[in-house]
Amino acid sequence: MSNEIATRKPPTYYEEVQNKGYSRRDFLQFASMMAAFIGLESNAIGQVAKAMETKPRVPVIWLHFQECTCCSESFIRSSHPIVADILLDKISLDYTETLMAASGFQAEEAMHNTMKKYKGEYILCVEGSVPTKADGVYCMIGGKTSLQILEEAAENAKAVIAWGSCASNGCVQAAKPNPTSATPIHKLVKGKPVIKVPGCPPIGEVMAGVIVHLITFDRIPELDSLGRPKAFYSKRVHDTCYRRPFYDAGLYVESFDDENAKKGYCLYKVGCKGPSTYNACGVMKWNNGTSFPIQSGHGCIGCSEENYWDNGRLYDRASSFAGFGIEANADTFGKVALGVTAAAMAGHAVMTNVRKKKLIRTLEDEGKQSEQELKS
Amino acid sequence: MSKRIVVDPITRIEGHLRVEADIENGKIKDAYSSGTMVRLLEEILRGRDPRDAWAFVGRVCGVCTSIHSLVSVRTVEDALGIKVPPNAELVRNIMYCALYMHDHVVHFYHLHAMDWVDVVNALKADPKKTSELAQSISKWPKSSVGYFSDVQNRVKKFVESGQLGIFANGYWGHPAYKLIAEVNLLALAHYLEALEWQKEIVKVHAIFGGKNPHPNYLVGGMACAIGIDDVSGINAERLAYVQHLMEEGQRFIEQVYIPDLMAIASFYKDWGAIGGGLGNYLAYGDLPWNGFGDTASYKFPSGAILNKDISKVHDVDLRKEDEIQEFINHSWYSYKGGDNVGLHPWKGESVINYTGPKPPFEHLDTTQKYSYLKTPRWKGHAMEVGPLARVLIGYARGREEFKEVVDKALTDLNVPVTALFSTLGRTAARGLECQLAARWGMDFFNQLITNIKNGDTRMADTSKFDPSTWPKQAIGVGYGEAPRGALAHWINIEDTKIANYQLVVPTTWNASPRDGKGQMSAYESSLIDTPVADEKLPLEIIRTIHSFDPCMACSVHLYDEHGTTVSRIQVLGD
Repeated sequence: MSNEIATRKPPTYYEEVQNKGYSRRDFLQFASMMAAFIGLESNAIGQVAKAMETKPRVPVIWLHFQECTCCSESFIRSSHPIVADILLDKISLDYTETLMAASGFQAEEAMHNTMKKYKGEYILCVEGSVPTKADGVYCMIGGKTSLQILEEAAENAKAVIAWGSCASNGCVQAAKPNPTSATPIHKLVKGKPVIKVPGCPPIGEVMAGVIVHLITFDRIPELDSLGRPKAFYSKRVHDTCYRRPFYDAGLYVESFDDENAKKGYCLYKVGCKGPSTYNACGVMKWNNGTSFPIQSGHGCIGCSEENYWDNGRLYDRASSFAGFGIEANADTFGKVALGVTAAAMAGHAVMTNVRKKKLIRTLEDEGKQSEQELKS
Repeated sequence: MSKRIVVDPITRIEGHLRVEADIENGKIKDAYSSGTMVRLLEEILRGRDPRDAWAFVGRVCGVCTSIHSLVSVRTVEDALGIKVPPNAELVRNIMYCALYMHDHVVHFYHLHAMDWVDVVNALKADPKKTSELAQSISKWPKSSVGYFSDVQNRVKKFVESGQLGIFANGYWGHPAYKLIAEVNLLALAHYLEALEWQKEIVKVHAIFGGKNPHPNYLVGGMACAIGIDDVSGINAERLAYVQHLMEEGQRFIEQVYIPDLMAIASFYKDWGAIGGGLGNYLAYGDLPWNGFGDTASYKFPSGAILNKDISKVHDVDLRKEDEIQEFINHSWYSYKGGDNVGLHPWKGESVINYTGPKPPFEHLDTTQKYSYLKTPRWKGHAMEVGPLARVLIGYARGREEFKEVVDKALTDLNVPVTALFSTLGRTAARGLECQLAARWGMDFFNQLITNIKNGDTRMADTSKFDPSTWPKQAIGVGYGEAPRGALAHWINIEDTKIANYQLVVPTTWNASPRDGKGQMSAYESSLIDTPVADEKLPLEIIRTIHSFDPCMACSVHLYDEHGTTVSRIQVLGD
């Protein structure tokens, strides 16, 4: 592109919208939809609209390390906003190995241009973990290690987003024995806000929601003590699950494809990790609300939780791994499985559980019996 | 005197790939392909529950998502002698077809198109002529003058903003771009449309598997129980949703993808003689119509073709230890028996041994080891896997459905059958098999409806789900055709745990370094003699590399040292 074009002032969101032939009324509607989507009170809508009227597109550098690209794939699944609108109107995705036109030298040059031109202004997204073993040779791009690239890119980033479980907690390559010392981003980037968006992958609309929050409010979303946006990670899948009443009533799927499975009973006994997993799956669901794992008959595998690969086997019921379960002591559950801070956050849920514990235990023992009673 | 150029990172792929090429007199004289990331998942799998393996290996790749999980449950089912109910096979097949529809469309528009389509040149197009062109090649309704001028204006504003985002530093204006402006605009419009479309077809995975990427699978069947009278099960609403998605998906493929593919290909017929490479093709076959054991019923037949000789298709046996072997002469590993032996996956070994330069570095020493990929060989031959291999094998086996789409494409483009052995052939084959997968997806769906209508609602066989029912030792192999080519997993179960789990994946076949005899693998071989107009702008290199649809995270693995063969308890039928 010519320099003349490159120095032209980038249009704001509002200008973009105007250019596309929308009215201010349309624009406000759009802003309110986004505000509603990210869970704001209606009085914040004006703030969303104002922010978008005055800002140029935020430059984003998206790095790929030890990953499987499921996060990028999930991101392009977002239905509101759709990814074409994000890429053309909302952010300037200046580097991503998955989608960018340029390769090799031209790709690296594009990244360095953004790092220089938008020093302190760009958002750094990281998909994947960084292997620190053997001086970092288990992940190299352009002849550099992922650690070298991360350090360089993070230095002048405004904020860092750790996409997915790989970047947030190491995910599958960090499962025991973690042969490459796969390391999550927050352990390597210091002195910068790191927003963790765990999940394998995170829900597409959650990823888009985090981006929309950043560009709209020009600040990072409120995070819980583990660094995750509260908007999407403050509720247990179990507490938001539409099958929860069956759990409370002691009605369970005993084995896959049994009669209870056909009736959509609770999957707790066939290994559902919903009771120890914080994510928005039960509320937002996946792929624009089409379904989520439990709705499609398989238990939650807990993919947004730290070390979920080592938290017991998929089909063991939650009670049989250390620290959690209705058979376990409630205090143990809080402290060991979720950590003290998370327990504080989940205080209500835990206390509710304590109260329900006896009832649930009895019901579970009598599960079959209650079912019979309900049937009759 | 040749000059070495390096393209790293190769973008618009999954994972991390580096290509070094020697250029002499405007042509590539020698090429080296290197995978530069490793996660060692096989080591992580050891000691785990075999029923959990699908979830671990599913995370090998989020682009060809679901296929590793599918092959993994097949592997465990093979080891334990589990036969899944017909409905589960059909649901797996429908999800498989949805994967092909998604993956191939995304590859064509979002990963590959910019190798052929000059985005900036699209701004010069006449929307009226673009509309006429679009209507002359397809009945797709979004083809008005207004539609194309809106797209053009939108992209124009975007370019004028000075923030070019993903289009920054592209090879715009490169002499190897041959499309007229109107075709560039057509493809650009469909780039954006396909980006919106792709999020729909994957909902098929969400319905049956709960989410996408990484839907859930189950050893013994599928977890999505059919509950035709319950809001929670697979009921009439869910099935109608699947039907709608599959039909809409097929419409896009027939009316957008295929016409665009043919329109673009007609400007690049010279690429029907470039990038052919090995001329050896391998497929394991997939999409069983009558149970996975009945290999003759596969929609994608298996086989091997050598030296472009489509008059002869060789049979392939994944269990024979002298057929598939892996070598490490140029891979950062070491074997107990030294670097010159080839090992069947059931006898694989594991020691990773990085001996490359200390980063940061400029060049790899390609006379030594230079990749984290091992080098697989079939009976000693380097083989290409992927859409072209599948289509050629289907064609050579005389399957009518393959002959129909292939012959039509050759006639439409007015090129001989030999044009298939090329970069263009690879890209075209992907579209043709996508067309077939979309049709087959509906066939499988209709069969599922018929089964349910006839009262068969079984979705899983859990009689061997409990590990206490398993033998002390078991060994299995599962295989299939990933979008990028032949994929197989091998498992060794001891005392209900994984003693060894191994994967040989498509991109390992294609992107691996050369073997001890100096034979190149598919990527390297296909680059030889490719013209390079400007060595600073590697457009032609990525064009051929992208025609394979690289998936690097899939391709890097480590085998463990416990790969001893124990008694086999079941052999897949044929």
